[in-house]
Amino acid sequence: MTVQPLRNFDAFVEVTPDAGENERRPAEVAVSIRGLRRSYGHNQVLRGVNLDLNDGEFVAIVGRSGCGKSTLLRLLVGLEQPSEGEIEFGDNIDPSSQSGSIRIMFQEPRLLPWASVLANVEVGLGRAVTASDRERAIATLREVGLEERRADWPSVLSGGQKQRVALARALVSYPRLLAFDEPLGALDALTRISMQRLVERVWLDQRFTAIMVTHDVAEAVALADRVLMIEDGQITVDHRIFLPRPRERGSAEVAALEGRILRELLRNGQPA
Amino acid sequence: MKFLTAVGDRSKALTQWALPVGIIAVWEALSLGGIIPARVLPAPTAVVAAGWHATVSGELPRNMWVSFWRAFVGLVIGGGIGFAFGLANGLSQRSDRIFDSTLQMVRNVPHLALIPLVILWFGIDEEAKIFLVALGVFFPMYINTQHGIRSVDPQLIEMGRTYGMSASTLFRRVILPGALPSIFVGLRYALGIMWLTLIVAETIAASSGIGYMAMQAREFLLVDVVVMSILIYALLGKAADSVARLLERWCLAWHPAFQAAESAAR
Repeated sequence: MTVQPLRNFDAFVEVTPDAGENERRPAEVAVSIRGLRRSYGHNQVLRGVNLDLNDGEFVAIVGRSGCGKSTLLRLLVGLEQPSEGEIEFGDNIDPSSQSGSIRIMFQEPRLLPWASVLANVEVGLGRAVTASDRERAIATLREVGLEERRADWPSVLSGGQKQRVALARALVSYPRLLAFDEPLGALDALTRISMQRLVERVWLDQRFTAIMVTHDVAEAVALADRVLMIEDGQITVDHRIFLPRPRERGSAEVAALEGRILRELLRNGQPA
Repeated sequence: MKFLTAVGDRSKALTQWALPVGIIAVWEALSLGGIIPARVLPAPTAVVAAGWHATVSGELPRNMWVSFWRAFVGLVIGGGIGFAFGLANGLSQRSDRIFDSTLQMVRNVPHLALIPLVILWFGIDEEAKIFLVALGVFFPMYINTQHGIRSVDPQLIEMGRTYGMSASTLFRRVILPGALPSIFVGLRYALGIMWLTLIVAETIAASSGIGYMAMQAREFLLVDVVVMSILIYALLGKAADSVARLLERWCLAWHPAFQAAESAAR
């Protein structure tokens, strides 16, 4: 196996982190991944991934389709088992699915069509619902701005509203690790931006560790503390972003960073 | 606006009945004019009169009850077994491998072809009719239940798993509701086969029931009673289908198809 050197952009970043930024980022490790491999038959999708996610960090993973980024996410949330390697979780994350400390938001909302909006959110609790649970589910719906729609069927909601219900379902158990598998990919541009703001707001509020797979570099730069690039089943770029929040789309710094990451993505995709 | 839609609804309901009422009116007129001889087809009023007499004498309610009971018991037994096999084979690959091809083979035998054998086995007792009805409704229930369970969105099942649903919760909250539209298709199809089977079985081998009543009336050339029996079958069939539709609308209120129907009705 050839280990590719990790390219780091940190040297290029004009904005230097101030003390406050560092304080906000606790250094405890939430997830530690060592030598992770996953293959389907002869097809090696992940070829030895090593990665530490710090507690409360927002990490975006970019890469071309089929590079293994979604597979990494599915391994992380326990939807699939690794062929080799280990994933260890920090003390405040209980990897059993009943505990609700790890949640994933899919590309599709995946709401139960036969359950009301509120009942769909309650699915996220992962247990029989008590009165205080119901209060919590309603409060979470309020947080995503859909409290009045709680009695509706999902089929009458718009695409963006459905994803907001899915977000509420993921949040209701107060997860410590929330994985996003391109949940905004199917939304129109405006809905997408308002969803990104919502995701950022709840993340700032609850400070879970967030890991988002996306092929939209602008989205990665808008949201993440750290952008990883996966190419050919390995992490080839690990890049920290210290821009202050909320980040202004189209500002010079954001645009420059976006351009740099995009170039890197494209350059490595060219056949040598 | 509301008024207009209400008028629209009423005229829609009227349109539905215009054709049958018109046919009956023409039929009555032709019978009165002597163009249709009463021996071929008695007038609607004569049929209603026959129905009235049979009701007063208690013969019609008794036979209707017998037929209804046979249909119901056959549906519960055959439909229940079909549903159970559909669940088992939809959920378990192993069960499917063991049973499905055999069941498909049996399905290709028309169940009414078994009537001579069934008479040899059970005579013309209740068991014979119930057995035939059960056999007839088994397959639509089986196939549609199995298909419904197989076609539940795998993404929803995966979602249920990641949210920590146990196998029984997953079945109750995701798989069964997802299969329900298809199961209802099976039920309504089964109801049709149920009446069809019962009519044939009662006319061939029975000593009670509506089919028996019709056959006996034929012996005495009571054409009005024969026609009445046929109409009773039609009414029972329509009633069973309406009950199934009501159940469907109630259970599948979430389904976009029914929401559209509901907002159109409003």
